[in-house]
Amino acid sequence: MRTAVVVFPGTNCEHDVVHALTVLGGEAELVWHRETDLSGFDGVVLPGGFAHGDYLRTGAIARFSPVMSEIERMAGQGRPVLGICNGFQILCEAGLLPGALIANRDLAFICRFVDLEVTDTDTVLTRTAEVGQRVRIPLNSYEGSWVDPSNTGRVALRYVDDPNGSQQAAAAISNDEGNVVGIMPHPERGVDELLGSGDGRALLEGFLHSLVPA
Amino acid sequence: MTTATQPLHLRLGMTDEEHESLLALLGREPRPAELAMYSVMWSEHCSYKSSRSHLRRFPTEAPWVVVGPGENAGVVDLGDGWLAALRIESHNHPSFVEPYQGAATGVGGILRDVFTMGARPIALWDQIRFGPLDDPKNRYLFNGVVSGIAGYGNAVGVPTVGGEIEFDPCYSGNPLVNVMCLGILRREQLVLGTAGTPGTVAILLGRATGRDGIGGASVLASASFDDESQEKRPSVQVGDPFEEKKLIEACLELYEKGLVVGVQDLGAAGLSCATSEPAGRAGVGIDVDLDAVHVRETGMTAPELLMSESQERMMAFVSPDLVDEVLAVASKWEIDAAVVGVVRAGETLTVRHDGHVVAEVAAASLADEAPLYDRPMRRPDWLDRMWAHPAHAIDDEPSEVLLRLLDDPALGSTAWIHEQYDHMLFLNTVAGPGGDGSLIRVRGTDKALAVSTDGNGRLCHLDPRAGAARLVYEAALNVAVTGARPMAVVDNLNFGNPEKPEVMWQFRESVEGISEACETLGVPVVGGNVSFYNETDGVDIHPTPVVGMLGLADPMPIPPPRLSRAVEGMEIWEIGPAPSANLAGSAAQRVIQGELTGRPTLPDPEMARQVIATAVELAHSVPVLHDISDGGLAVGVAEICIAAGVGATIADIDTGQLFSEDPHRFIAVFAPGTVELPEGPARRIGVIGGQTLTLGRSQPIALDLLAETHRNAIPRRMAGA
Repeated sequence: MRTAVVVFPGTNCEHDVVHALTVLGGEAELVWHRETDLSGFDGVVLPGGFAHGDYLRTGAIARFSPVMSEIERMAGQGRPVLGICNGFQILCEAGLLPGALIANRDLAFICRFVDLEVTDTDTVLTRTAEVGQRVRIPLNSYEGSWVDPSNTGRVALRYVDDPNGSQQAAAAISNDEGNVVGIMPHPERGVDELLGSGDGRALLEGFLHSLVPA
Repeated sequence: MTTATQPLHLRLGMTDEEHESLLALLGREPRPAELAMYSVMWSEHCSYKSSRSHLRRFPTEAPWVVVGPGENAGVVDLGDGWLAALRIESHNHPSFVEPYQGAATGVGGILRDVFTMGARPIALWDQIRFGPLDDPKNRYLFNGVVSGIAGYGNAVGVPTVGGEIEFDPCYSGNPLVNVMCLGILRREQLVLGTAGTPGTVAILLGRATGRDGIGGASVLASASFDDESQEKRPSVQVGDPFEEKKLIEACLELYEKGLVVGVQDLGAAGLSCATSEPAGRAGVGIDVDLDAVHVRETGMTAPELLMSESQERMMAFVSPDLVDEVLAVASKWEIDAAVVGVVRAGETLTVRHDGHVVAEVAAASLADEAPLYDRPMRRPDWLDRMWAHPAHAIDDEPSEVLLRLLDDPALGSTAWIHEQYDHMLFLNTVAGPGGDGSLIRVRGTDKALAVSTDGNGRLCHLDPRAGAARLVYEAALNVAVTGARPMAVVDNLNFGNPEKPEVMWQFRESVEGISEACETLGVPVVGGNVSFYNETDGVDIHPTPVVGMLGLADPMPIPPPRLSRAVEGMEIWEIGPAPSANLAGSAAQRVIQGELTGRPTLPDPEMARQVIATAVELAHSVPVLHDISDGGLAVGVAEICIAAGVGATIADIDTGQLFSEDPHRFIAVFAPGTVELPEGPARRIGVIGGQTLTLGRSQPIALDLLAETHRNAIPRRMAGA
């Protein structure tokens, strides 16, 4: 089972994601954004950072990167596609997830641990968790407030105490099929108690369990 | 003040005497481009002409020093093939003129200093100082600087894991913005700023050169402020963290593939520095073609191209047969690259523009022949008057004093600041902002690096030598309580106008104090920065040396001591000499009495060494260790209570001793009978438990009030309340 971890110019959480997936027994590989063939991969993660400098608008340029057509293909085939933070913003821009991410309610960057509650276990990120389960992992974003005028997004995790003004206090949402998930906080920063929390494991293990041979 | 009618050298910040010595050096009138190069390279900022003779005092050698002062960053050996690169620098003047960009480009500059050495930058620390927050101008500067650090640091993808904050009226007209960076690398990846041998090709990587930051080092950083300083805004550079991020990754790939002979970043003095310094170090000459430089505006003159401080640029020195490979790496990372020079035998730096030779000078002379000043020094006559008036005792209720201290923005929670910084990226931050030293693990090993940055302008104002020595001891104790052994120092020396004998004396004394303490601890100084001319309208800042201490924990204690590990029933011990009640230079004196008098307690070198060793030893078995510094024992215990969410009862201790900041002391908290303390002074002072903090016979303080006061110190002021 191989996971592609996509690197755009400006991405900065790629090594952390590879580390976390590897620690959990997964096999993850960095893939440059110009790659046009992901046929050897069973799932894909778009990590956090500032793809293409977040110029124009977060994710607005990244959605046109060559790799995105492969990600659309994998999403359409039901393969696990996970966007974390900036990756979530890119998936929204690409239309693979509904809604958009706008500036935090208080117009300040937020980097701290937040408490989340699982609300839907029918997604590739939450399938091994239980509804009502609490996880504590770090949030790290400026444009972290999710808005969805279409009201079609399925909320997979919500903030216990909404820090940024997200609609329905959503911290993670999925598409109808549950195979494409965007999460604003960072599960990969929660795989080691020494760094404050191991709660992110429950989520990334769900992702790894969702991988089936291509 | 400068005007267009003045001679060119004066407008470029070069004195008549310096101009005379340049004429003597060249044996002729300098061409305009040559004058431009010498004016920036001979500026205070680049040449250290007022400080160089004093900086030689620093102890710089130890068996683990791989690269000492003089290169872009200091490098030390961590064992098992791992090296650490570290550097600290100021961006004080740009941050006053334009706080967001000033602070942002300070971050960008320090990162380049570190990845120039072959290291991946893994953490940043910011030391920032402003005037009081009741002035809207200071709130604007503070907010702008924090936003600039966050905006650049977060986007470039290097975590900001700690720092320091201070507020004092002396910084109102001249905030201080220092930034320290730590990088790690494998020994075989070490790169130096050398131009190599004749035939080596110079490739300029990164952002296109523009007219921003021209004269940043000479006109802005090396002059004092007055009413017209805002007109210097065009001398401030503008940063682009996205370009820097790509530049970091491209350079690291170049190092990994072994494609470069040497590298030099383009910071202060831009191309002038990035060509002359590597050539000078290698004892070679270099031909530079300014027409090849990629530019973002047309019509730039040779002096402008040579002086521009456009950000996110790097000069790589490459063997001619590897040029194509280097250009391919640049292209992959989507950064611009241009071959702009070739190394020649001899020692001449030749610059061509529009087909003409515009400069032809000895490369090494730009650095080596810089003026060296032995500026007059005089002990300030007001010092004896300050010492003659000992600090007053505090007769207020201790609980009230404690709450007022926790409400002070320099002592309250830093969450308002550090929650705007990504301080967790790379999954190495074992202990982050808001505590004593930060602890950064080195993945794949049992090692961790501890860093503490410490400054104290008030202490150094009252006694520059002893104050500076105490900073070194405090920083060392801060890393020791995380379990790390102090191993190297970088310093950022922020001072007033060096042309004033009193300022020069303060500078010399501070250098002496740092040197003495470093010698006591056997810790070398591996790099530093001097920022003079921190004066506005003739008023100098307090002497504010800032010490950045690197420590190595090998192995790292797991789990390391944390304030949050205190639980009901544990005993609270004060380790170290019993404090006097002397409050000279303390936070209590500043906040409660609003004065600055007396002579601070002198450090005790032998005691310092012993207490630091004790802390390193205890860190492997004691759940809570906490350095006693700003606000004394009372604030230290309160911080433990707030972090752990539990109260404490403290013995009836004299008020002066509760808030004394006498050195070489720390708090240890552990379950009764579980720890055998090493020999040395120590006393049990209280016990953890309950939901209040009780200081002797003083009114108990509810834990909620304690925490809320601490948390709101900065936010309530930034809300304008």
